[in-house]
Amino acid sequence: MIAVEFVLAGMLAAATPFLLAALGELVGERAGVLNLGVEGVMALGAAIAFIIVYHGGGHVAAFAGAGLAGVLLSLLFAFVALGLQANQVAAGLAIGILGQGLSALFGKTYESLTVKGLAKLAVPGLSDLPVVGGLFVQDSVVWLSLAGTLAIWAVFAFTKTGLVLRAVGENPKAAHSIGYPVIAIRVAAVAFGGMMSGFAGAYAATVYTPLWADGMIAGRGWIALALVVFGTWLTARIFWGACLFGAVSLAGLAAQAGGVELPSQLLASLPYLITIIVLGIISSNRRLLKLNGVASLGDPFKP
Amino acid sequence: MVAPLLSLRGISKRYGEVRANQAVDLDVAPRSIHAILGENGAGKSTLMKLIYGVETPDSGEMLWEGAPLALASPSAARRRGIGMVFQHFSLFETLTVIENIRLVVPGRTRTLVTRIRELGAEFGLEVDPYAHIHQLSVGERQRVEIIRCLMTDPKLLILDEPTSVLPPQSVSRLFDTLQRLRDGGVSVLFISHKLEEIRAICDHATILRAGQVTGHVDPREHDAHDLARMMIGRDMPEPPPKASAKPGETRLELIGLTYAPDDPFAMPLKNLALTLKAGEILGIAGISGNGQAELSELISGEIRLPLEQREQVQMMGEPVGHLGAADRRNLGFSFVPEDRLGRGAVQGMSLARNSLLTAHPLGLVRHGLIAMAQAADFTRRCIADHDVRTSGVEAEASGLSGGNLQKFIVGREMMLAPKLFFLAQPTWGVDIGAATTIRQKLVALRNQGVAILVISEEIDELFDICDRIQVLSQGRLSPSLEARRTRPEDIGRYMIGAGTPT
Repeated sequence: MIAVEFVLAGMLAAATPFLLAALGELVGERAGVLNLGVEGVMALGAAIAFIIVYHGGGHVAAFAGAGLAGVLLSLLFAFVALGLQANQVAAGLAIGILGQGLSALFGKTYESLTVKGLAKLAVPGLSDLPVVGGLFVQDSVVWLSLAGTLAIWAVFAFTKTGLVLRAVGENPKAAHSIGYPVIAIRVAAVAFGGMMSGFAGAYAATVYTPLWADGMIAGRGWIALALVVFGTWLTARIFWGACLFGAVSLAGLAAQAGGVELPSQLLASLPYLITIIVLGIISSNRRLLKLNGVASLGDPFKP
Repeated sequence: MVAPLLSLRGISKRYGEVRANQAVDLDVAPRSIHAILGENGAGKSTLMKLIYGVETPDSGEMLWEGAPLALASPSAARRRGIGMVFQHFSLFETLTVIENIRLVVPGRTRTLVTRIRELGAEFGLEVDPYAHIHQLSVGERQRVEIIRCLMTDPKLLILDEPTSVLPPQSVSRLFDTLQRLRDGGVSVLFISHKLEEIRAICDHATILRAGQVTGHVDPREHDAHDLARMMIGRDMPEPPPKASAKPGETRLELIGLTYAPDDPFAMPLKNLALTLKAGEILGIAGISGNGQAELSELISGEIRLPLEQREQVQMMGEPVGHLGAADRRNLGFSFVPEDRLGRGAVQGMSLARNSLLTAHPLGLVRHGLIAMAQAADFTRRCIADHDVRTSGVEAEASGLSGGNLQKFIVGREMMLAPKLFFLAQPTWGVDIGAATTIRQKLVALRNQGVAILVISEEIDELFDICDRIQVLSQGRLSPSLEARRTRPEDIGRYMIGAGTPT
C-alpha cells in the first residue's frame, strides 16, 4: 500500500519533463516538422535554468531563460531545416548534439551543486483522501503542465489554429495553394516546441532533481520523442504515456526499496520496456496511425 | 462590348529554359463561361496560377475591373474575388468538409453549415458538411472545392480540367452548376483540352499552343476540327483502324479476386472477374480511386496474395497470385505503370540504365555484369522504333517530356515481346501526338496476337482501341461490354454504380 501511495504521489512530477517535451514536439510534428534535437534542447534548458536559480534569479526567471534558450536553439534548427531545406533528421541530430555540448560547457563549474526546488501546493480536501491523496499535492509547474495539456488538447480539438497546424502537416502544398504561409507556421510550431523542451529541461534540473550533473537529462528527450509517435499524435495518449512512464519508474524504485530481488539494471530499464510495449501495442493499429499520423512529417517543403 | 472583368496584356512567364507563357492576351467578360483550350503542356495551368496569385508573371500586366492587378498570394486573389478549383484538389483528407472550409472562410461553424446547405441546394452541390474528405467520392470532393470557392463570393471562378475526374453523368451536373453560377453573376474560366465540352458550355474560348495564344473564338461557331487545328497546329489524328478480333487462348484471368487493404485510404476489391484472351484489348474504365491502383498492383505483382488465394489471378493458365513481379514477367508479362517517374522509370538515371530495369533478360547483363554496349544498343533501337525525341541514350529520364518518356517506357516493354501486356493510364499527361502513336502501337500489337489490358480514365481512348470494356467502380468490376455495342452513357452508368446486369 505504501508503494502504491508512493507511486501515485510522485507519478505526475516524474512524468512532467516527458510531458512538456512531448507536447512541444507534438505541436511541431503536427505541423510536419520532425525535430530530433529535443534531448539537446532539454539539456541546454536545464543548464540555463540551473545557473539562473543557483545565482538567486528564482524559478520564474529560470523557466523564462530556459524557454528562451530552447526557442533560440530551435530557431537555428528551423533556419537549417526549413529555411535551407536541409534534411530534418540530420539537422535535428546536429542541433541536439550542439545543445548537449553547450549544456556541458555552461554547466562545467556547477557540477554536483544543488539548489532549492519548489514548494508543493495541495488541493484542499482532496489531498487528505487516503491512498490517492498524494496525487493532489504537487508543485506549481505540475499543475501548470496539466493545464497546458488541456489547453493544447483544446487547441487541436476546437480552434482554427489547431486546424491550420494539422492542415500544414497533412498537405503543405494544398495549404500553400489556399494561401497559408507554410514555412512561417512551421517555424512558429518549431519555436513553440523548443520553448516546451526548454521548460522540460528546466523542470528536470531545478525542480524534480535540483542538482546539476552533466548529462542529467539522460535520454528523457528521446523518450519524449517516442511518446509522440507511440501516442499516435494524440494529446491524451501522450499524457497517459508520460504518466505510465513516470509510474513505472517510481514502481521500480519502490520495488527496490521493498527488497525485491531483481538486478537493479533490469529495474532501471523496466520503465523504458513497459512504456514501449504498451504504446507499441496501442500504435500497432495501422488504420489509426494513418488517420492521425502526419502525412508530410519530415518532408522538406519548398513553396 | 461590355468592359471585361479581367484583362491580361502580354503576360509572360518562364521556368528556366521553358517559356510557359509568351505574351498572352486574354479578356474575360462578366457573366460568361470562358474556355482556355490547349494540350497538356501548352501553358494553361501556368496561366491560371498567375491569375490566382500562386506565381507572379515575369512581364505583362493584368487588369481587374479596369484597375491594375498585382497579386502576391492566393489569399490576395481571393480578397479581390478570384477563386480557383484545382485539378488535384487542395483538400485535406483527414479533415471534415466543414473543417476544410473553415480553413478558408471565416465565420462560426453553425453559420457556415447553413451556408454550405444553402449553396448546395441553390447550385446542385449537395454534400454532407460533417463527412471526412477521404470518405467522399471524387465528384463530391470537387463539389466541396467549388463550395469552398463560392463561400468567398467570387466574381471569377477558375476550374482547372474539372471534368477529367468525373464520370459523364456528373459532368452534365457540373455544367448545370456552372450555368447557374453564370446566371447568378459569376464568370467562369474553364480549362480543358476536351473540344466537345467546350463547345457545349463555353461562351468564349482562348486557345493556347506552346505557351502562345493561337486564337480567340466563339467555340459554338467552330466545329471540333477547327478548334483542334488551332490547339495542336494540324488536324486531329484519326483513331487507329481496327480489324475484328480473333481471340486465341486465355492469357489473363481473374477469378473472384478479393483484396482487403489495411490502408484506410485504399479501396478494397470485391470478387473481381475478368478473362483476357490473346489478340484482344480489354479496357478497364472508371475514375481513379475506385480500386484502379490496387488492381494494377495486384496484377503487376507489387501486391502478392497469400498462397491460398493464388488461384484468383491466373496468367498464361498458371496461378500467379502469390508470385512477385519478376516471376510474373518471366512468364511473358510486361507492365507500364501509371506513374512514369518513380515506377516506370528512375528519373535521375539515363535511358540506357532505365532500359536495364526490365530488359535485362535480353542479354543486357552478362555474368552478373552490366553489358553497357548491349544496353545502349537496345536503347537506341527503342528510341528509333518508338519515335522518342531525346538527345540520346545518355539523356536522363527526367529530362524527357511526359509524352516522350511514356513512348520510351511503352517501347521498352513492347521490345520484351510480351504475351500479356498491361498498361495503366497509358496516355495520362501525354500530348495528343504521342498518345496517338501509343494507341496505334497497341492496336498493331493486338493484331499480332498479344493480349492487352488497359486501365484508363479516358473513355474515348478505350472506345478507340478496345474490343471489350469493363468498368471498375467502388472496388467492383462490371460485366464485360462489347465496345462496338456500348455507348459512353452505359459506361457512365456503371461508373456511378447504377449499372444494370447485361
